[in-house]
Amino acid sequence: MIAFYFVALLMIASALTVILHRNPIYSALALVNTLFLIAVSFVLLDAELIAMLQVIVYAGAIVILFLFVIMLLNVEAEKHAFRLSRAGTAGLALALLLAVELGVLVVVWEPARVETPPAGFGSTELLAEHLFARSFLPFELTSVLLLVAVVGAVVMARRKA
Amino acid sequence: MELLIAFVKALVALLIILQVTVLLLWIERKGSALIQDRVGANRANIFGGLLPFNLGIVNTLMADPLKLFHKEDIVPKDADRFLHWLAPFAAVLPLFVTFAVVPFGDVLVIGDTVINLQAAELEVGLLFILGMVSLGVYGVIIGGWASNSRYAFLGGVRGSAQMISYEIGLGLALVSVVLTYGTLDLQAIARAQGELMWGVIPAWGVFYQPLALVLFFIAGMAESKRAPFDLPEAESELVAGFYTEYSGSKQSMFMMSDFIEIAIVAALVTTLFFGGWQVPYLYRDGFHLPGGLFLAVPSLLVTLLQVLAFLVKLFIFCWLQILVRWTFPRMRYDHLMMLGWKRLLPLGLANVAVSAVLVLALEGWTVA
Repeated sequence: MIAFYFVALLMIASALTVILHRNPIYSALALVNTLFLIAVSFVLLDAELIAMLQVIVYAGAIVILFLFVIMLLNVEAEKHAFRLSRAGTAGLALALLLAVELGVLVVVWEPARVETPPAGFGSTELLAEHLFARSFLPFELTSVLLLVAVVGAVVMARRKA
Repeated sequence: MELLIAFVKALVALLIILQVTVLLLWIERKGSALIQDRVGANRANIFGGLLPFNLGIVNTLMADPLKLFHKEDIVPKDADRFLHWLAPFAAVLPLFVTFAVVPFGDVLVIGDTVINLQAAELEVGLLFILGMVSLGVYGVIIGGWASNSRYAFLGGVRGSAQMISYEIGLGLALVSVVLTYGTLDLQAIARAQGELMWGVIPAWGVFYQPLALVLFFIAGMAESKRAPFDLPEAESELVAGFYTEYSGSKQSMFMMSDFIEIAIVAALVTTLFFGGWQVPYLYRDGFHLPGGLFLAVPSLLVTLLQVLAFLVKLFIFCWLQILVRWTFPRMRYDHLMMLGWKRLLPLGLANVAVSAVLVLALEGWTVA
């Protein structure tokens, strides 16, 4: 429990750094830290496979590409302090609404009591069975969706050239 | 007691990686001299009269590291000081923990206690190594950017693009291995290789997945950014690439991360394709030779032989990488990308598809 709160606090701190830091490089690195801490909390939940996939896919690959783009575009640190635009005000209002909603839920909602997790919980075999035996169609549809996204990106890049 | 065993195992895993790294430094310097027909490091000979040649141990193992660690640490004027400091740690620290999941022996039996010779018994050990290696990329890209130098920046960008491209080939080679063994646990994979094919040939991964071995070895070498894949630090174009602006101990940390990556690739090749700690025909009670011959060996000696076998195999594959490094010229960048995306990737995909079909078609084909 202490471990969870410790990780959660660190996670919130680095998530805030992502949106508040002026230098986009630091924001991206704070994002890596956040994603890594999410992986740590997966480990705390006995979901080691998910934790490793989180590290490999998000922390190890996707954010590298973010950094790559930020560096290539040579984005500079923001020189002006943050000012609220009209869209920003709307976003802030929505965020407040969500915070209130979550707050109410935390008070009202009673979590379903989970007995001790079944044997092999979080193991690769169990996850594979869920993914490929019970949810095979959604899984395959998701991969088609990703393929479409990749093909779309290539088509757009070609048209420009 | 449990805690003590865990602590000692973790310490052993860390020591293995540190010792291997230091020894690799020596092998690299004396080995390159051998390959290039030079004398190499030869100062302060400590075994003067005993050997007909000079091993150069004092140079490479003591004088060099000492010199590196008390050199002046220079940070360029316009560098991002914090990230410049962070990058070497980001490059080397994730790699330190990788050996925790590599099994360096079967079991050590002391009285009634049976100790599994693997620091962390992680079910997803293989993915753990991949994840930590992929985190090592940050050191390269941050180091290149934070130095505020064009050479360093180009090196960093090249390095990250190269490592991301080759991670895909690396991963695909490993997928077909995992298909063969049906597990991600490195100790389980090593144990499975103790079986025999037709009662004679040890069931090592190299016989099941020869193509995966080649793909993995190439992609692994590209991952460790050394010649012929050393474009991120190409000295003839980029001075020293992403670590141009580093000196002293920070620079040596980048060097160390390269050596650790060599050791990791060698450890994975050993564990996945060459039986890990397996000595052919040696089981927990002794040698079971084909033809029914049996030779009893005490348990402690079995363990010792296995650890020795693991280390010997490890160093053979480290040496092979050093040999390649000092033998082949650097690739051109477009050739590098072509090799990664147009050769390794389709071959890896085909290998996965064929392996999957074989696993389904021939139930007995898999080891697990």
